[in-house]
Amino acid sequence: MDTYSFLRQFADSWAMLSILLTFLGVIVYVFRPGSRSMHDEAANSIFRNDTKPADGESPKAHVKEA
Amino acid sequence: MWDYLKLVVFGLFAVGAAIAANYAHDTAYLVNAITVMLAAGIAFLVVLRGIGEPKFINKNEYMDDVIRAGVIATAMWGVVGFTVGVFIASQLAWPWLNYEALQGMGNFGRLRPLHTSAVIFAFGGNALIMSAFYVVQRTSATRLWGGNLAWFVFWGWQLVIVLAAAGYVLGGTQSREYAEPVWYVDLLITVVWVAFLAVFAGTLMKRKEPHIYVANWFYLAFIITIAMLHLVNNMAIPVSIFGSQSVQVTSGVQDAMIQWWYGHNAVGFFLTAGFLGMMYYFVPKQAERPVFSYKLSIIHFWALIFLYIWAGPHHLHYTALPDWAQTLGMVMSIILWMPSWGGMINGLMTLSGAWDKLRTDPVIRMMVVSVGFYGMSTFEGPMMAIKAVNSLSHYTDWTIGHVHSGALGWNGMITFGALYFLTPRLWNRSGLYSLKLVSWHFWLATIGIVLYASAMWVSGIMEGLMWREVDANGYLVNAFADTVAAKYPMYVVRALGGGLYLTGGVIMCYNLWMTVRAQPSRVTSHSVVPAE
Repeated sequence: MDTYSFLRQFADSWAMLSILLTFLGVIVYVFRPGSRSMHDEAANSIFRNDTKPADGESPKAHVKEA
Repeated sequence: MWDYLKLVVFGLFAVGAAIAANYAHDTAYLVNAITVMLAAGIAFLVVLRGIGEPKFINKNEYMDDVIRAGVIATAMWGVVGFTVGVFIASQLAWPWLNYEALQGMGNFGRLRPLHTSAVIFAFGGNALIMSAFYVVQRTSATRLWGGNLAWFVFWGWQLVIVLAAAGYVLGGTQSREYAEPVWYVDLLITVVWVAFLAVFAGTLMKRKEPHIYVANWFYLAFIITIAMLHLVNNMAIPVSIFGSQSVQVTSGVQDAMIQWWYGHNAVGFFLTAGFLGMMYYFVPKQAERPVFSYKLSIIHFWALIFLYIWAGPHHLHYTALPDWAQTLGMVMSIILWMPSWGGMINGLMTLSGAWDKLRTDPVIRMMVVSVGFYGMSTFEGPMMAIKAVNSLSHYTDWTIGHVHSGALGWNGMITFGALYFLTPRLWNRSGLYSLKLVSWHFWLATIGIVLYASAMWVSGIMEGLMWREVDANGYLVNAFADTVAAKYPMYVVRALGGGLYLTGGVIMCYNLWMTVRAQPSRVTSHSVVPAE
């Protein structure tokens, strides 16, 4: 089979299926139980650290401000 | 040590550009080489003067000076781009504006890419770069990575703009729509873009927030995809290293498909994904409420990423492109409607419970209208991608109207909103100079867009119908010149709409200038913390 036909067939079969499954996986992952608190936390993260960087090296530095 | 290396690099570039100017084969190359020589020379002097001075970086502060420069550049290039747009719109209505003395430089064909690049890459590009730097620092709670690399991105991008603009007017172009810059400008774009990616990703990597906020996902997708599009669409071999001409590696329908794969995804990732990053940060901030649904924002992101890349073939309906590819482009364009409207709903519903702010805050009004235009043009686009509709709309002014309702409405208005949001904060002012002037800007811009878009709808549909009109014997009824004459009133209205939009932009510049000049500083308990 020539390269064009191979790529063409691969694109509309396995490649498309894997993209579709990945996307469905994203949806399932987003709606997984227990994700709400994390999403609320992320959505509100823009309301802190407005004027200067968080101090300290720990990734949870914002907690004492919040 | 680093400084000496920089001196060597800038020195070599200055000398190299001087030599290149001496051997230049064409005017565009000559002027560009002299520009590069001056820019490298100035950079050399700046580095030289700074040698030996102690370098102090306050890690406890955000790097905002480069963002302030970006705000100024965005506002300035915006007015420049709008002005050129109004002028070429007037040239179409009154052809005598193609002055005889400016033939070969100031006529429509040379100025049109100047307008598109000035508004997309100079105004839009600066808005994206400066807002990306602002948002990634705030949402990562850390200073920009890479020190002065951010300044290199800023000045490198301005150099790209100046080189491209001078080139277009003097005839240096690749003749690829929205990718007109010639091969050596493309190389500079690549270097600047990699630096942009490094600064952005480096800042994300040292973030102090556990989660990467969704706006950054959109910005990152924009940066990476534009890099990919740029590299593939600009595969060209220069005719000579001392000339601006180059030969494209691909040809025929493959080349056309690559060009529109680039062209449509430049819309998708430059003008959509990047600006959605702005929407997901500035709309919630200005409304003082978190985004309507964070889950929807994640699905919006992945749906947009998966779908947009396939929509390009709708630019090549009824051409030599294989039918299956045209149909694929059409179907994917229609599917794309869903994530677009998901994003629009997410942006608009962020105001639920705070709709009263529309009455009192003209900045949020601007942002909401922007998201509304996003919804309108992402409905119009899929509709125009349907082959039957496209057979009427393609090559007509309808397309130009569609592009401008997206660009003026969505990209322009969200950028104005971001500029009004950022200026008082970046210059530490207590508020905008005048909300009344923001209202003036809002109405001038909105009425301008409505005039523009409706004139182009009428003109485009009329033109499309006239082109296909045949008499009883099957002969075409109208000559091309008949359609041109019939479009005159619509062209006048279009130029008027553009003029109103430009006036709004000038008012914004005055307002921002006075905000910095005349507004009192924020009252603070601490030198940099606002009393909110």
